[in-house]
Amino acid sequence: MPYRFLDDAPLADVGFVASGDTIENCFRAAADATLAVMLANPQALQDRQHRTLHVENHAPDLALLKLLEELIYLKDAERLLMRLTHVQAGEHNGRWSVDATAEGETIDASRHRLSGDVKAVTLHRLNVQRINGEWQATVVLDI
Amino acid sequence: MRVPARIYATETLMHQMDEGVFNQVTNVAMLPGIVKHALCMPDGHWGYGFPIGGLAAMDPDTGVISPGGIGFDINCGMRLVRTNLTFDDVRDRIHDLVDGLYTRVPAGVGARGFLKLSDEQFRAIAVRGARWCVEQGYGWPEDLEHTEEGGSISGADPDRVSVRALERGRQQVGTLGSGNHYLEIQVVKPEHVFDARAAAAMGIDVPNQVVIMFHCGSRGFGHQIASDYIQSFLPLMQRQFGIQLPDRDLACAPFASAEGQAYFAAMKCGINMSFANRQVILHRVREVFGDVMGRDARELGMEMVYDVCHNTAKLEEHTVDGRRRRLLVHRKGATRAFAPGMPDIPRRYREIGQPVILGGSMETGSYLLRGVPSGQQAFFTTAHGSGRCMSRAQAKKQFHGKQLERDLAARGVYVRSVSYGGLAEEAGAAYKDIDAVVAATTTAGLSQPVARFTPIGNVKG
Repeated sequence: MPYRFLDDAPLADVGFVASGDTIENCFRAAADATLAVMLANPQALQDRQHRTLHVENHAPDLALLKLLEELIYLKDAERLLMRLTHVQAGEHNGRWSVDATAEGETIDASRHRLSGDVKAVTLHRLNVQRINGEWQATVVLDI
Repeated sequence: MRVPARIYATETLMHQMDEGVFNQVTNVAMLPGIVKHALCMPDGHWGYGFPIGGLAAMDPDTGVISPGGIGFDINCGMRLVRTNLTFDDVRDRIHDLVDGLYTRVPAGVGARGFLKLSDEQFRAIAVRGARWCVEQGYGWPEDLEHTEEGGSISGADPDRVSVRALERGRQQVGTLGSGNHYLEIQVVKPEHVFDARAAAAMGIDVPNQVVIMFHCGSRGFGHQIASDYIQSFLPLMQRQFGIQLPDRDLACAPFASAEGQAYFAAMKCGINMSFANRQVILHRVREVFGDVMGRDARELGMEMVYDVCHNTAKLEEHTVDGRRRRLLVHRKGATRAFAPGMPDIPRRYREIGQPVILGGSMETGSYLLRGVPSGQQAFFTTAHGSGRCMSRAQAKKQFHGKQLERDLAARGVYVRSVSYGGLAEEAGAAYKDIDAVVAATTTAGLSQPVARFTPIGNVKG
């Protein structure tokens, strides 16, 4: 699994490290981890709805924060739980630009084992970096 | 550090605090404009930016406002409702009551309230809070008198709130949320009334009396307001405001700046939405009790004891070194506890001090406290709960939701939860000893205990 939950996150929050051979796969893994916090059986999530997402920031960690915030927004505003199926990220003139496709469905309590409601992505320990050829993202979610 | 940091705790509680608390309260003491000291309450634990249990009073002219000193869940707070019922009255109906509450007060991921609000109506809630709800018939006029700020803080401006925040929160009025949010039916045992005069004034006056307590906040609306402003402050801090801090979780703006004032006005919308959320939940609680017990909520004596905030920043007057000063008081996981005689206390409590509601874990119990004159040392502030001492990840490894549910049932607590994982995270052993927290606040002169409540039914988000 390209993410693992942290034992040493702030006590009331949930932290994880997501990784990937590319920054795109790392971001997808971070989205999967965020989904897993909210949905105990993410394999039950069906791809019935699609959304295209676009975020930008000068820093890759803040671009990831904004990308995950999009998923949290969709959860509250449209009752959609989503995973990222396609991510394209790049840096141009010192600015990171991320385009993504999110797929998922409306929350259905009869099939979805709902878990923690993510309030926000915090800045705490937020970090995206390349280590030995692998991209790693550290994220702490406020629950 | 611009001022000293002070942590209120016993030795045992201090040992249970994670290292993050000490680092964070030290960082808070570096914020521009902080007055007297950075404080942490006995239930303190590691948060982001400020510790949970943190307090900082700022000079409004030279100081900053920081979303990290308020929390993502703006005006997360507690509400307590009394009844004329005793444990014997509800003993055989507890499953019906909890099941009814579980159905009518939606909880967990994606929950939506029964109010279908237009954008215009939701903006009215952001401005008028619980007052709007009572005007629509979701509550009694006296509920407002027994809510901090009368359930409606002035100066809220929805034009300072993003469309995204409005969209996240619009359908969530009347929902509990998840994490440590809960709705609980509790009993006051006669041996757990510590201050009979104050208890009677607060309506706790029947042996083995049943009360209802709930804990929730401003839902996705407040979370988005905090997220939006944290991100807008980040690039401005050094470039525009010349503020350098050791932790970007402390993102802030000078209170007197246009940016600081915009956040203050937006944050007040979050305060009002949260008051409205708890008001609508109270309306549903009264409906459920009325239906199950076959008597009107008025007949059941379901009056509000009080509603307190524990995630806010508010302008208040305090005496500092013998001088009256207007201060911006950040409380994050800390409760205002005004002393007897202070003007912002409801008339009914003017002589005994402001009620303070401390939520404990579903396994242990909760408290009603009152503010005292010696609370001045901490800008009249006390704890907000028992405070975690174990991470969510660790609690999930150590406890199992289904087993916990069975264990609680065996001990007379009927629990309904959206998530067994979430239930495990809220196991009693994941929290500090609430009796020790209350004892620490008493010893320190922050508040006095009035009564202790024992859970008999719980709805967990």
